[in-house]
Amino acid sequence: MSIINVISQSYPSFLAALLETVKMTILTLVFATLLGTIIGLLSISKIKPLKFITTLYIDIIRGTPLLVQVFVVYYGIAQAFKPMGFSWNPIGGAFTAGVVTLTLNAGAYMAEIVRGGIESVDKGQMEAARSLGLPYGRSMLKIILPQAFRTMLPSIINQFIITLKDTSLISVIGIRELTYNGKILAANGVTMVMAIWLTVALFYLIPCTILSKSAKVIEKKVAYGK
Amino acid sequence: MENKIVTKGLKKSFGQLDVLRGIDLKIAEREVLCLIGPSGSGKSTFLRCLNRLETITDGEVFVHGENITDKKVDINKMREKIGMVFQHFNLFPHLTVIKNITLAPTELQIMDKEAAKANGLKLLKRVGLEDKADAYPSQLSGGQKQRVAIARSLAMNPDIMLFDEPTSALDPEMVGEVLDVMKKLAAEGMTMVVVTHEMGFAREVADRVIFMDDGLIVEEGDPEEIFSHPKEPRTIDFLNKVL
Repeated sequence: MSIINVISQSYPSFLAALLETVKMTILTLVFATLLGTIIGLLSISKIKPLKFITTLYIDIIRGTPLLVQVFVVYYGIAQAFKPMGFSWNPIGGAFTAGVVTLTLNAGAYMAEIVRGGIESVDKGQMEAARSLGLPYGRSMLKIILPQAFRTMLPSIINQFIITLKDTSLISVIGIRELTYNGKILAANGVTMVMAIWLTVALFYLIPCTILSKSAKVIEKKVAYGK
Repeated sequence: MENKIVTKGLKKSFGQLDVLRGIDLKIAEREVLCLIGPSGSGKSTFLRCLNRLETITDGEVFVHGENITDKKVDINKMREKIGMVFQHFNLFPHLTVIKNITLAPTELQIMDKEAAKANGLKLLKRVGLEDKADAYPSQLSGGQKQRVAIARSLAMNPDIMLFDEPTSALDPEMVGEVLDVMKKLAAEGMTMVVVTHEMGFAREVADRVIFMDDGLIVEEGDPEEIFSHPKEPRTIDFLNKVL
């Protein structure tokens, strides 16, 4: 059982790498959920320029590979803004650049999920809330979003899982998360390459499975009056 | 008597389509006004202009003497005093019946939680549903839903109630229970504007009936006049079809 060998020999590095992956994922999810909600709300706005900007942003993110986005943010921004004294190093280096990229990426997809969720709520709900005298923002927060959230939930969890797996691409800018850690181990231990990569896969599989299973539990919890 | 609602030359277009083509109407305090007419005649749109759920294209709407088409008017404050009941109830499905009723008064800090709940239960009793306080809307029948919707509107203590075809989405056997609640409300002196296809209700409860067609008021008068001695050919034609 060479997977067991790999784990027993290298578990400290795997745990450290897992921590990096989880840290990056959680930070990204928090920021991407916020960003996605804001962009999603703006995208249903009646104000044309706002709508245009959000559509443009979503189209650009969806129309380019994440790997390219990583390079643009990490190398591109660093060079373009160097004359103004900008550098990634004092603000967390590649890790921060990774979180920023993943946030921008996942934020666009979250925005689409939020928009779809809001639009799935019957428009009579907003009318009923407004006709009681509730302002737009309050109606959105108390009436529309809680209902939208229910339809959004499976897609949100799905996006969380995608983001968790997407952190593997941040390995290209030198963050020793699970994938990069695998690469380093594989480069040193030629005979156990298969076992090493299967171990890496296992470390992704476990948190992803936990996420999707907990989604089922939450879905049941938020069902009302059924 | 004071006029609660006054419209002057009210026009509404959706793109090329002129839905309302100039409505002048005064609705007095404690008056029960029924709007009848064929579908597409603009009655629902007219009703929705009275609390600015539709922005009007031209003309003026005064509620309590204030021009609600004026951008400076706090429309949320105005709406607190104008209850609205919809054809499809529009109850909030994620909230229990009592939460549906107490949400607006508590959110808008008109009442604290306790007072709102006590008031909510009182309103539920009034519509005969005090045992449904903790049910979710999906557990209610259509007639029960609509009675909750009426209670929800009343929780803001409005002095005008707008009803947009309140019984059109109901199974026939449930129409009566909703109309009974509305009759009680009318008897208590609520100012009511009711878009309806229930000619029996209009005849019995309305102080005045308005027949609309093609975005205009064709004929108006007391129910006896409209239903027994209609003058306009279009009114006669419509009543022949529905009665």
